Amino acid sequence: MNHPAIIETREAFGEKTILAHPAEIVAFCRYLKQEEKFVRLSAVTAVDWHPAEPRFEVVYHLHSIERNQRLRVKCRLGGENPEIDSVYEVWRAADWYEREVYDMFGIRFRNHPNLVRILMPVDWEGHPLRKDYPVHGYKYSYPEES
Amino acid sequence: MRKISDEDHVATIPAPAAEPENPAAPRRMTLNMGPQHPSTHGVLRVMLELEGETIRKAIPDIGFLHTGIEKEFEQKFWQQAVTLTDRVDYLANLSNNLVYALAVEKLLQIEIPPRAQWMRVMLTEFSRLNSHLVWLGTHALDIGAMSVFFYCFREREDILRIFEMFSGQRMMTSYIRIGGLALDAPRGWDKAVGKFIRAFPDKVDEYENLLDANPIWLRRTQGVGYLPLEDMLDLGVTGPMIRAAGLPWDIRKSEPYSSYEKFDFQIPTRSENDVYARYRVRLAEMRESARIITQALEGMPEGAWRADAPHVVLPDREKMKTEMEALIYHFKIVTEGFRVPAGEVYQCVESPRGEIGYYIVSDGTSKPYRVHMRTPSFGNLQALGPMLKDTLIADSIASLGSMDFVLGDTDR
Repeated sequence: MNHPAIIETREAFGEKTILAHPAEIVAFCRYLKQEEKFVRLSAVTAVDWHPAEPRFEVVYHLHSIERNQRLRVKCRLGGENPEIDSVYEVWRAADWYEREVYDMFGIRFRNHPNLVRILMPVDWEGHPLRKDYPVHGYKYSYPEES
Repeated sequence: MRKISDEDHVATIPAPAAEPENPAAPRRMTLNMGPQHPSTHGVLRVMLELEGETIRKAIPDIGFLHTGIEKEFEQKFWQQAVTLTDRVDYLANLSNNLVYALAVEKLLQIEIPPRAQWMRVMLTEFSRLNSHLVWLGTHALDIGAMSVFFYCFREREDILRIFEMFSGQRMMTSYIRIGGLALDAPRGWDKAVGKFIRAFPDKVDEYENLLDANPIWLRRTQGVGYLPLEDMLDLGVTGPMIRAAGLPWDIRKSEPYSSYEKFDFQIPTRSENDVYARYRVRLAEMRESARIITQALEGMPEGAWRADAPHVVLPDREKMKTEMEALIYHFKIVTEGFRVPAGEVYQCVESPRGEIGYYIVSDGTSKPYRVHMRTPSFGNLQALGPMLKDTLIADSIASLGSMDFVLGDTDR
């Protein structure tokens, strides 16, 4: 596999991981779907490496039924204003997957058709799966009893 | 200090984009189905845009059962997190146990003895039967065939008793642990399993007899809920729905895990790609699962039921009383957990609903750094909107039921 978007290819535990350039993710995904037959987008998720920089890794899991192969594509994003192009135009499955990543990590997907929260209430503040998001506590302080 | 006001409890739902007014177009009505609706099988809300009785647009709204399990994983020791995997999907708890254990074992690189592998196969097939039985019963109930429900739940009760016999729990089994099983199989397990599995194929015939000659059932399922295979693949659908569309893809065959390659079974497929085909596929899968369980029962290997990895697996109670090392290992595992080498894996198994995949990242400590669950219900439910488009509102119940989702699995 040879594509200008590939930064690095690694293999561990029999799984192949490609580190790709975030600016070219859509072109690269289209190439993978059309030329390499990865017809399925199995999952999209992210990992927060707070406080390291680049803070976020967006992880795509692809699957080719025809070749019986799986592939992981990763893109690194900075923590200041994490943004990446949506792959919705390549696989429609990305719709909800990317909404979940946006909801949980606050990573924005450009050109996504409907980027709103999916699991949390729409008026929720913060992104729960970020490492600096508290595990305990409640949004409001309870009013004192009078 | 800020006081809680009523405004804090009003969720603001974004209004759908207004379409240009066309006086000639028929008037549309928006109907809210759920979240408390008996046919949505949990707390699913679907917004339906209707033109008369025809659905022009269906927007599923999920998240009512979101419990933050993925965040919770990051707070638990590796071995404690097994109990969380049960609670994702109450009908496929053992499949979730299994995929988590397999993923962590891949990172730890430990060998699982054959007896444990075969037990895992047998029990996950039981959980497939359990899930398909609940699906068949409730789905038939939705469509109006009430008696099937009682037949299915009769067999499901037997399966839950077998789970209880193995693990002490009927639903939240946590029986498959990292490095093997929680306990060895109980005394007399082969009799209980044998008695059930000898009788089971006839029971499947019973369900078939109840439904297959029922004209109401046939009229309500045949030709309903069609969606082209390409769309399904594009939308992330997996499992029996894909096989009912004619694609023989099953992870148990294509990427065998836990010695599935040693079992002889078929992948049932149909080509009609409607609610009826999904029912036939699941019925055939029940028969195949029964075959796998019979093979597991007959060929169950003897020997160890957990890996020889003292730093991961809790020692025997007996050894703890006589050997100092065993006591030390027990103390270390319980108080500070075990460390898992840094790395990342994606492990998937075929659950009753499709592909469950766990993406686990370890940073070398005793707690997972990140666990992402690719759950089959989440992927499958994305197809609901396109599937319901331009169908009748009465058929939406049949289409919805045929997807067999569990809302806990969707929202996590």
